[in-house]
Amino acid sequence: MTTPPYLSRRSFLGLTGAAAGAVLLGACSSGGSGGGEPGVQEIDWWHIQNGEPLKPVWQEFADEFMAANSGVKINITDRENEAFKAALTTATQAGNPPDLFQSWGGGVLREQVQAGVVKDITDAVSGWVGNIIPAALGPYTIDGRIYGIPWDVGMVGFWYNKDHFAQAGITSPPATWSELLAAVDALKEAGIVPIALAGADKWPAHFWWSYLAIRIGGLELLAQAEADGDFNKPDFIRAGEEFKRLIDKEPFQPGFLAAGYGAPDGQAAAVGNGQAAMELMGQWAPAVQAANTPDEKGLGDKLGFFPFPTVEGGKGKSTDVFGGGNGFAVGRDAPDATLDFLKYFLDVEQQRRAAETGAILPTVKGAEDAIKDPNAKVVAETFAQATGFQLYLDQAFPPAVGTQVNDSVAELVAGNKSPAEIVQDITATAQNQ
Amino acid sequence: MNPPALADELPAGHRPTETASPAKPGPAPGARSPRRGRGRDRWIGVIFITPALILFVGLVLGPIGIAAYTSLFKWNGYVTAPMQYVGLGNFTRLFQDQIFIGDLKRGFILIVLSLVVQLPAALGLAMLLNQPLKGRTFYRLLFFAPYVLSEVTTGVLFLLVFSPNRGMAKEVFGWVGLEDLAVNWLSDQRIVLYSVFVVISWKYFGFHMILYLAGRQNIPKELTEAATVDGASPWQVFRSVTLPLLGPTIRISIFLSVIGAIQLFDMVWVLTRGGPAHASEVMAVTLFEYGFRRFEVGYATAISIVMFLICLVFALLYQRYVLRRDIEGAITVMGRK
Repeated sequence: MTTPPYLSRRSFLGLTGAAAGAVLLGACSSGGSGGGEPGVQEIDWWHIQNGEPLKPVWQEFADEFMAANSGVKINITDRENEAFKAALTTATQAGNPPDLFQSWGGGVLREQVQAGVVKDITDAVSGWVGNIIPAALGPYTIDGRIYGIPWDVGMVGFWYNKDHFAQAGITSPPATWSELLAAVDALKEAGIVPIALAGADKWPAHFWWSYLAIRIGGLELLAQAEADGDFNKPDFIRAGEEFKRLIDKEPFQPGFLAAGYGAPDGQAAAVGNGQAAMELMGQWAPAVQAANTPDEKGLGDKLGFFPFPTVEGGKGKSTDVFGGGNGFAVGRDAPDATLDFLKYFLDVEQQRRAAETGAILPTVKGAEDAIKDPNAKVVAETFAQATGFQLYLDQAFPPAVGTQVNDSVAELVAGNKSPAEIVQDITATAQNQ
Repeated sequence: MNPPALADELPAGHRPTETASPAKPGPAPGARSPRRGRGRDRWIGVIFITPALILFVGLVLGPIGIAAYTSLFKWNGYVTAPMQYVGLGNFTRLFQDQIFIGDLKRGFILIVLSLVVQLPAALGLAMLLNQPLKGRTFYRLLFFAPYVLSEVTTGVLFLLVFSPNRGMAKEVFGWVGLEDLAVNWLSDQRIVLYSVFVVISWKYFGFHMILYLAGRQNIPKELTEAATVDGASPWQVFRSVTLPLLGPTIRISIFLSVIGAIQLFDMVWVLTRGGPAHASEVMAVTLFEYGFRRFEVGYATAISIVMFLICLVFALLYQRYVLRRDIEGAITVMGRK
């Protein structure tokens, strides 16, 4: 019998046996979390509040619900924003969505609805959905049916350092785009970095371009673009040109193209530590700024808020609002207890408790009085008077278009493409859908 | 560069089993038991190969086939969503995509830099550390240590080092008054690719250094001594004796480096995510963005097929023309002696 001279049969058999054993062990350890005790409903909850102040609050809500309902077990998985998006993608694409998960609504939710991975909860929530602010519910309603419920809603605006503005001689927050550009010049004169921007994360930059588009072309401009996928319009190009006027002044912090939003040396930290005078960010900005300061207090009452200025000659109203909320969508295979937990979560009492942390603006009517932070009050009041609402573009549009918007604005910020070129790129992607 | 996951390249000097055995001079046709013995041998061989074959087909060939199939469609990845046939449309779109063409250029730059900067540096260090120095073992350990760190850990480490506000790079450059130079390692589009290259070199030069050290031990002392006795200078000894005899090791090192550069992902993703504005993007990052962010799975699969073909063609050509002297029985010279 021929045997290779360097490997005896016995060692060959031994190797094969070891290899087979290793494969079996590997298969055993990767077993999923399926099954559980019978009669117990397990809810897999994926959220993105992986830090203070909301992570412990969410945990309390879950513990209270489990204490009150013995047949329910809630398994919480909290992740950072980008990591959550990646994990959710693989889960939903495979047809295995979690039972309750973070959702911003809009085009991304629409794709999930079309793929059939989320549950239509219109009937299940009909008893209590009337308590939710209608404008907040909009992004979670697809073709008239409800697939998710928001627990936070807000708008994007300028968060600024009052001391820096005073130092630069700016007496009142800018109300027009020209005034904002002048304020930037004044801040640079005074040796202060005017604006903090997270160039690496891309989505903070798209806030600027979107708001300019809304102010210049009105909300109809974006509604039309969503319908026909054509961004090659003069108003969009003008939005890019106005943004470029700002970018050319070099108003951002050093190294901004590589800065993240919530990173220790990123956009929120720059404002929170007084290294930059302002940022254009959503209602969660004060909380994230504070979290990135050594004493976790942030700017305190040195922090002010003002809405996005109007643009001269623009069709948009100053009371049009760009923003979004946070909510939960329900997975296709979610047990019934999930809807009960959602109802508990959105109860006015729980909303009050969450609003007290200052990290959210409640969506349930009657909980607004719990907002203590003066800046949050300003945001809530501004939002309450909004004449129109546009969801973040990278969520409102389908994922490919939303990502392209972010990428294109990033290229504008980096100085690689012109305002006319980026609208062509976005149109190409939108019409390739 | 990191070695590929399946190391099916044989190190120099290894004699593989004959794949096509010539007809053995068997016993006379009437004798049964030796012939049945041979058939039984083959049958046992097949049984033992089957588990590995199943794994290989299931985990390597199968997915490649499925990927090739998927790359002909437009699909958003949901198993419940329909797939739209576009033929080679994804591939034509790919070669007109400025980002992908840029990926090819940047990958090429990284490969050339590795071959011209990283490998000679590793070789030089290996030769240095072959001398009887004091603390030689300690230095060998020190230079090999970065290879032991995971790519993600290294990436996070250098994010801190390169941080514009409080990073170590800024501090160190500040000692010589050059701190303004040090702020833009990762945010300047013109140099970010080279910053990524610096991090990759830091991590992998130790690995190549150890490879060369090991190869150097195989060169008999008598050869170098003979050359020295004949009057050769150290440089001449290196050039004429050591270097040619290190040939097989160097060729393998180049191979691993190139394949690693083509498949690079972790380091770029952690350091820059391909930014700013695609200035440090490589094929694998583009693949990830299109597949998992834009939900254009068909297009992303087309990118993966192109990557696969590039690696495959390179591996085959390299084995055929460069490694031919070092390997016998490799697939491209099968049958020739």
